[in-house]
Amino acid sequence: MGSVSVAAEGSRGLLRRPTANTGFWSWFTTVDHKKIGIMYGVSSFVFLLVGGSEALLIRAQLAKPNGTVLSAAQYNELFTMHGLTMVFLVVMPMSAAFFNYLLPLMIGARDVAFPRLNAFSFWLFLFGGLFLYSSFLLGGAPNGGWFGYPPNSVTDPSVGMTFYALGLLITGIASTVGAVNLGVTIINMRAPGMTMFRMPVFVWMGLVVQLLLVFSLPIITVALFELLFDRRFGTHFFDPVVGGDPILWQHLFWLFGHPEVYILILPAFGIISEIIPVFSRKPLFGYQFVVFSGIAIGFIGFGVWAHHMFAVGLGPVANTAFGISTSIIAIPTGVKIFNWMATMHGGDIRFKTPMLFSIGTVTMFIIGGLSGVMHSVVPADYQQTDTYFIVAHFHYVLFGGAIFGLFAGAYFWWPKVFGRLLSEPLGKVHFWIMLIGFNLAFAPMHLLGLQGMIRRAYTYPETLGLGFWNFVSTIGAFTIAISMLVFIANVIKTQRRPQGVEADPWDARTLEWITSSPPAVHNFDEIPIVHSLDEFWHRKYAEDKSGKLVPVQAGGADHGGEVSHEGGGHGIHLPGPSYWPILVSFGFPLIGYGVIFDWWMAFVGTAIILFGFYGWALEPSAE
Amino acid sequence: MAQAVVGGTHQVEHPETSTGLPHVKLAMWLFLSSECLLFGALITTYLLYRGSSQVGPYPNDVFDIPYTSVSSFVLLASSLTMVLALSAAQRTDFGRMRLWLLTTALLGMTFVGGQVYEFTAFVNEGLNLKTNLFGTTFFVLTGFHGVHVTVGILMLLSLVAFSMADRLPGDPAFPVEMVGLYWHFVDIVWIIIFTVVYLVPTGSGK
Amino acid sequence: MTDTHSTVEGHPEGAASAHGAGGHPSPKEYVRIGVVLAVITALEVATYYVQDQLKGALIPVLFAAAIVKFAIVVLWFMHLKFDSKTYARLFLMGLALAVTLYIVVLLCFRVFLN
Repeated sequence: MGSVSVAAEGSRGLLRRPTANTGFWSWFTTVDHKKIGIMYGVSSFVFLLVGGSEALLIRAQLAKPNGTVLSAAQYNELFTMHGLTMVFLVVMPMSAAFFNYLLPLMIGARDVAFPRLNAFSFWLFLFGGLFLYSSFLLGGAPNGGWFGYPPNSVTDPSVGMTFYALGLLITGIASTVGAVNLGVTIINMRAPGMTMFRMPVFVWMGLVVQLLLVFSLPIITVALFELLFDRRFGTHFFDPVVGGDPILWQHLFWLFGHPEVYILILPAFGIISEIIPVFSRKPLFGYQFVVFSGIAIGFIGFGVWAHHMFAVGLGPVANTAFGISTSIIAIPTGVKIFNWMATMHGGDIRFKTPMLFSIGTVTMFIIGGLSGVMHSVVPADYQQTDTYFIVAHFHYVLFGGAIFGLFAGAYFWWPKVFGRLLSEPLGKVHFWIMLIGFNLAFAPMHLLGLQGMIRRAYTYPETLGLGFWNFVSTIGAFTIAISMLVFIANVIKTQRRPQGVEADPWDARTLEWITSSPPAVHNFDEIPIVHSLDEFWHRKYAEDKSGKLVPVQAGGADHGGEVSHEGGGHGIHLPGPSYWPILVSFGFPLIGYGVIFDWWMAFVGTAIILFGFYGWALEPSAE
Repeated sequence: MAQAVVGGTHQVEHPETSTGLPHVKLAMWLFLSSECLLFGALITTYLLYRGSSQVGPYPNDVFDIPYTSVSSFVLLASSLTMVLALSAAQRTDFGRMRLWLLTTALLGMTFVGGQVYEFTAFVNEGLNLKTNLFGTTFFVLTGFHGVHVTVGILMLLSLVAFSMADRLPGDPAFPVEMVGLYWHFVDIVWIIIFTVVYLVPTGSGK
Repeated sequence: MTDTHSTVEGHPEGAASAHGAGGHPSPKEYVRIGVVLAVITALEVATYYVQDQLKGALIPVLFAAAIVKFAIVVLWFMHLKFDSKTYARLFLMGLALAVTLYIVVLLCFRVFLN
């Protein structure tokens, strides 16, 4: 076992480099992917509670016709922030939490390619989210929908949509930087013997997601700048009075927005692709098909964006083309679903909480996918678009799909991350209440949509007869809230107990389960050498002639398996902590406030960033 | 095969990574790839609105093609001097490397200075961000490009300064190569902009 | 093991052959390439003065010139011709995606109908 050293001296840089690896303040300077993953997880969970509360307010307002809980203006802010929060401040960073924590472990690495950049991505995300929320106190929150369509988003007099543009630009930089980081990590830091097709599916989905981010974020960056300039500097990008075209925004937004929804769902798909085999005690059926379908979804995902614009008047040629491409993308998704089902078929299934949530993901996603395919039929979509039928669809895929999948991952990897198992009985209670609440909340929306309830309206008249199902939906929403309380109680109860879980409590298949629970700071004492897919499983079990599993002698987490020997028995060097990531990221919201309120703040923010970059570059290397 | 080198600011020749390629170079090409989508969106916006301004000044009223051609030659030349800087660095002739880097930065500053002059002239002729679609799209597209050039100049000057202070880690040719990739990319974006914005005529009057 | 060109393999100035042999073009070669780029640019600028004579050929000529210059800088100055194909694949992904997506967007706006 090598000794672990962390860089200590810092006198040659502009600031003395911090050295602490433990303690409260060390979290602010950490570059350890595991700590960063935990911070992403905690932050995104807090935003989940905030976004969920916004949803409860929305549902309280819509429970009855002519509701009086919220004014129209408040309603607009709440549904906008609910969408922005759930997409950008919950699902994306929660996925980032899992990617950050697990990708290096799953590929047998000690950290990501650029550890300080990794910390920077986190702090920039957090500051971006806080910047966005500060709008409530500084003139009004964004109120033009998460999709921000002009002319409304340009002409709205409140400062909210300027916060929208700047806030998303800030979080967009965080995600882009993170995507380059994780992409290079996956391509370039795999353990010896881990070829691309021996990577876990979760890692493959990670790679596809990072590429989707890298190629789609620049497009919305331009759109947001154009919106910002129209609002702040009087340009005419989307100004119809002078010949500009609001439809340009829609194209640019959805060119990003559609790949974005695959960015939201693929991590969850990756997660359940790891869980289902473990709890079926069978390898994933059709690994290569699952991988290729993930790649196909990513690729085709760039070709369907105008299906969000069927009713805009693009003409029959464009509508037909995008209708066809949208139908096609159902195919690779279906392939995945069949593969998960085939994995379970004939397996020795254990219905533990991670498995329940995974099965929930698949079934809820099937329902959401079915409504999605209905939208792809253009004339049918003329009826469905801008109604609650669409709201039902995307909540089934994003909540039923992504959120359920992320909870599955939380229960599955909790023991690895925190050294304690979440309570199984409470987990099951959480699952069932959430499943029931979720379906109560969103299933009626299919009916409401087809009955003509439009989206983004703060109330509806009594005469439309929409009251009953709206009321049911609100009951469902509050039921979901109860299930969240159960989860929180589970977490508190679990974290109070001392750590003490073994490395491999689930009898799992991938490399992260070799490490202790939680892993040491350096992850692996010695980097494993990989000979196959599901490397860890094959170290534990062989199959006898009849195909029965036979435990391998001296297999498992404590023993065995080939390891690589790094440089002649020297100690393991890890990058040391650093102030620069959090310092530099602080400059960005300052620029944002400067653009909105007073230019001197923007100059200070820029100066901080420049100073920070040089400090970062000059920081003595951690070896 | 031993395990990957992690973190730090050293980029080793023939690094022990899965592909044998250095992290930073992979990252730079991935980043430049994404920049294609950034500039593509700005160029598309410009193309969409070309010829649609309802009031002048129009491109033909303000463009000075000979002037901008000189600017374009300057930027193109800076790509040559950049590659000569890298060549010098690879021959460990760091004095010459710094000279070529400085020349590249100076050419870049000439380009940006030329643009500032050009923009000022346009504004004096009545074209600004708010005037019409041409003003909106032209200034934002070329402005974004100009900011990218400016960042590049900062990086070039930083390379010279760090090299003089002997603070370039590892083999200096590597950071020079990385900044070079960025600089050449900024140049090829201008190749597209110069053609699409300046040289392709927008029709009579407009 | 994939090819990598981060080693310092300078060629003395004036070496006749350089590229393809796993090395870099020599400074003289780079200057020659620079001259080619300058000549193409001069031709492009010349079209400004003979626009009417070129008529319909103007735009194809300009685009061809731009593409050739783009390719020369990417392949030689950015060294993609000699480096690992991984870099080229990554760069081409973004470039191809951008060209395709934005052409479709412009088609949706019927921009090419003049």
